[in-house]
Parts: sequence; C-alpha cells; structure tokens
Amino acid sequence: MATRAKKVKKKIVNYPQEQYLDWYACMLRVRKFEERALMMYSKQKIRGFLHVYIGQEAVCAGIKSAKRIEDPLITAYRQHGIALALGATSDACMAELFGKSTGINKGKGGSMHFFSKELRYFGGNGIVGAQIPIGAGIALAEQYKKTDNVSITMFGDGAARQGALHETFNMAMTWKLPVVFVCENNGYAMGTSVERTSNVDELYKLGWSYEMPSEPVDGMNPMAVHEAMHKALAHARSGKGPYLLEIKTYRYRGHSVSDPAKYRSKKELEAYKAKDPIHLLESIILQEKIASNEQISTIQKSIHQEIDDAVAFAEASPLPDPAELFTDNYLQDNYPFIKD
Amino acid sequence: MITLREAIGEAMTEEMRRDERVFLMGEEVAEYNGAYKVSRGMLEEFGPRRVIDTPIAELGFAGIGVGAAMNGLRPIVEFMTWNFAVLAFDQIVNNAAKTLSQSAGDYSCPIVFRGPSGAAGQLAQQHSQTFESWMANVPGLKVISCIDPYDTKGLMKSAIRDDDPICFMESEMMYGYKGDVPEEEYTVPIGKAAVRQSGSDVTIVSYNKMMIVAQKAVEDLEKQGISAELIDLRTIRPLDHETIVTSVKKTNRLVVVDESWPFAGVSAEIAYEIQKYAFDYLDAPVTRVNAQDTSLPYAAPFVDAYLPTPEKVIKAVKEVMYR
Repeated sequence: MATRAKKVKKKIVNYPQEQYLDWYACMLRVRKFEERALMMYSKQKIRGFLHVYIGQEAVCAGIKSAKRIEDPLITAYRQHGIALALGATSDACMAELFGKSTGINKGKGGSMHFFSKELRYFGGNGIVGAQIPIGAGIALAEQYKKTDNVSITMFGDGAARQGALHETFNMAMTWKLPVVFVCENNGYAMGTSVERTSNVDELYKLGWSYEMPSEPVDGMNPMAVHEAMHKALAHARSGKGPYLLEIKTYRYRGHSVSDPAKYRSKKELEAYKAKDPIHLLESIILQEKIASNEQISTIQKSIHQEIDDAVAFAEASPLPDPAELFTDNYLQDNYPFIKD
Repeated sequence: MITLREAIGEAMTEEMRRDERVFLMGEEVAEYNGAYKVSRGMLEEFGPRRVIDTPIAELGFAGIGVGAAMNGLRPIVEFMTWNFAVLAFDQIVNNAAKTLSQSAGDYSCPIVFRGPSGAAGQLAQQHSQTFESWMANVPGLKVISCIDPYDTKGLMKSAIRDDDPICFMESEMMYGYKGDVPEEEYTVPIGKAAVRQSGSDVTIVSYNKMMIVAQKAVEDLEKQGISAELIDLRTIRPLDHETIVTSVKKTNRLVVVDESWPFAGVSAEIAYEIQKYAFDYLDAPVTRVNAQDTSLPYAAPFVDAYLPTPEKVIKAVKEVMYR
C-alpha cells in the first residue's frame, strides 16, 4: 500500500484539493449506492437483473473528471456507477431500480437502462457490444455537426470479442471519428475469464489491427484513469481520430446478483480488494494531508445520508401508471396500436 | 414517367437538399452510385460527408446510423438487400426500435433502413427472402413496402421526415418499373393503403411486387366476369385495417397475395383482423396466396412453384367464390 501511494505521489501535486475530494465522493457514492441496491434486491424491492459496479469505481470517477460536460458517453449494462458519476441523482437512480415513476427513466429502463439527454448520457445498453457502433455513430454526428465533442464509448472485456467491435474500430479509424473507446476489463465476461476467450488477453492490443493508438491503464486508481482519459480525449478532440484505453479493473461481486462467482479464487478477490480504489485514495488524501479526517468523515456522513434519502424517496414514490405502456414507443401521436 | 430507382433517388436527394441533417450511408452508395444505381449522382451533389461508402459491415454501419440518429442526425442506411440486413437486426430490433422506450422518451431514433426485399430471379436461398412480417412484428418500428414510383417517392419522403425508425422495403426486380410522378413537391402518408381498383365480388390485398401479380389476376378475372377490388397496402406497420375491413364488408370475400412465408406472415395478420371485424360479412373463409413454406432453390421451375402467380391468385379467388 505504502509503495503504491509513493508511486502516485509525484502526480498528487497536479490537482487541487477539490478534485481529490470529488473523486473520493464520487467513488464512495457509487460504492454505497451499489451496496444499498444489493440490500434492497435481497428485500425484493428491486427485481430483474442487477449488475453492480463495486470495485470499478475509479473508472467512472476518472472518466468524469477528464471529460467535458458536452462529451457524450455511452456504456453497457453495468452502468449505475457511470450514470451517478455523470451527475444522475441517487434519488432518480434508486427510484429507477425500484421501478418507480420518479426514476431517471420513469421506471421504464430499470438497472440496465438509465439515460439522460441532459447529461449527454446515451445509456445503459443491454446487448453486449451493441453500444460500440452506436458510440461511433454518436461520434459521427459530432463530427458531422463540426463540434469538438468526443464520444466516450465504454464496453467490457466480454464485448471485446463481438464482431461489432471490429467493424466499428475499422470504420471509426477510416473516418477518423472523435471517439475514445474505453474497455473496462474486469477480468470476466460473466463467468469466463479473459484468458479463456481469446489468444489475445491484453485487450488494448485489439486496437493495433486498425492502427489505433491504444494503451492499458490502471483502473484501480482514479488519477491514472483521469490522466489516460485526458490524453486520449485530447487526441480525439484534435481531429486525430479514435483512441483505445483498456482500463484494468475488477468487480468484487458476481456478474449479477444471481452469480456466486465460484469461477475465481478467494485469493484473487482479496488481492484486488487490497488495491481498493477508495481505500487507496483515502490513504493518499490523509497521508499527503490533502484533506483532514474531519473532511473525509463529513463526506462519508453526507453520502450515507444521501443514500438513506434515496431509498426513502424510492419507497415513497408512486409506481408508473400502466397506461404508460403505450407511451414512448413511437413519437407519432395516436399511433394505432393493435389492442385486441 | 420515371423508374422506381429514380423515384427513390429523387426522394432522398430532395430531402437532403431540404434538411442538412439527412445523409445516406451504405455499401457502394457513393462512388459506385449504388449497387442498383438508386443513389446515382448523389455523391456528386452532396460530397462524401453526406453520401458515405461503408465497408461490408452491416451490423457496424447500422449501429453507427442508430448512434447518429440518437445524436441529432437523420440517417438513411441502405442495405444492398434486406437479406444482408439480417446481420444488422440487433441494431434495428434491439436498439432503433427500443431507444425511445428504454430512455422513456429522452432519445429518439429517426432513421430509415432501406433496400430491396423479396425474390429477384434465380438468386437461390439466401438472396430471395422477404422481411416485411419480421420487421412488422416489432413495436417501435414502422414498415413500408411498395414499388409504385409515385407512392414510393412520396412515402420515402414521409419516411425521412418521420421521427420514428422506419424499415423501407423496395424490390430489386422493380427498380426499372415506371410510373408517373409529378414535378411538384408531394408526400404520401405512412399507414394508409390505396384502393387501386374498385370491385364488388372479392377483395384482393397485396403489396410490393406481388401487386403486379395481383393486378394481372384482376385483369384476367374481369374477363371472366369477376369484379375484384384491389388494395395496395403500401405500409405494413401500422397496417391500414380500416381500408381492408371496409372493402371486405362490401365484397364479402378476401384473398391476400403476400410474398412472405405463410407462418405468421402479413396475410396471417390480415386474416385475423378480418375474422375479428368482418366476421358476419364473410361469405367464405379468408384465403391467401403466399410464397411456399420452403426455402427457394436456384433452378427456374422452383421459382414458379414457390412464388404467388396470377394463376394461383385466380384459383384462390374462384375458391372463395365457390366457382
């Protein structure tokens, strides 16, 4: 731990205190939100699929701090963390998990599908890898409209084996689309380890086939993620085309709530937990006297309260009106649904 | 008189002049002028920013189209044929059709997926399929299928202006088919069938190039003293039930001529609607002439045996008339 803190020490001076506390609050919010979501799932307040982000918090924190507000972002279904990092409220996200009409998508999306036009968040997508070409299309629209926004297109290690990735990498490089592809490699595609799915287990190398600048990133450290993203975004923003980051991270829990994760060893899990991004940052903040114990404790209290409030808000919120089934299927008014 | 291919090209060109957000992408659409020359001259007028040649990667470029549509553009995605669009069904069915619902209205997907559907000569199993009923099964999508140049131009313009995702089915064999199209601006509304010929003895419903088969049958039937009312669906989803029901209430008999396979095909949906809303008016069971319930092999005799023909339609009409 100490040596690890030493390694990043040089970089610490690069950021104002506020940035460290933002990263800390962001990661802690996601962790506490997810822990509470799991608890609520066990109480059957939340149904359907639930894929939590615990262990991967440094990724969303580092991306959030490196991006501009206008940069659109799209990801897969393990997405509560990134939505919260982008600014979705704990209230709206928890209410969505509860299937309430006050949810971020009025209870229509659930755990896998949060969207927010206001936050330029394109979801929350449930088909593995399908969001990769969509992310490139979002980038194509930015290029077409002559903005300098960059599409951040995230996917997991499982999606890296989809054909859609290769088709998209090829076109994105050919057309020099402003996109940063972010592979969140948490080691397992559901229960199958990266090593078991291909001869190429260093996923950043997949960019090489298309001559895409590509590199691996330590995903257990928000500063490393921030710096890599900052560089990749600058590259894409300057018109040089796509960039691929393989952010090496780890999920502490199973693929979803129904997965006991018996395919990996306790030792492996413990080794990653020893590198926990929240503990790492907290120890840096305290060791380097970036902020006081009191400041950390204030953040912790405030987030605990926020999550308590979110659960209360979700509980108290009304269920959607079943008539809403027929809204948001078409933009056309009075679409003639077949009803008998 | 212009051809179907020219009608589609004119519709796309006029809409691209009208709306900067509209662009065309697909295999061979730009430098080659379109695999079937539908986009002839468009690269020259609009340049490579708006007429985009893609590699052969249907899933990828369909998804890029979906993303561009979600982010404020109005893409037209050409598939060389709908048979190849099968590779992109994930993007059409799981994303284009679902975006509005799963984002609770935050993101729409105003996109046109277009290309020819149906058998086109002896192209064998993989290049001869119809996809109207597949796509029409999916809430969130609208499906148009037509060949009349006037209708197609007007419907294509409506499709490009529509805010919902659209699957537009054309016909390889009919790209040279001619029809009158006025010089002036017009559109044809989505979701409305057209009564092509008024009649009193039997209603025949069809769409796309089976309209040619049905038309031929109607002419032959007329010579035999049978007056058939001929309806061109033009839009498959939403289906214009009202026009069909009104006609059947008048003629009391219905034959559907449909190139899709029989199982859960377009004809099956129409038959359901008629038994539900015109049951008391029927003098005979609803009958259909579909493609056969098989894959289509290469050799010529298979094609005739497989597809609806005027003879098969006449036979079906006589069946419902008990002649």
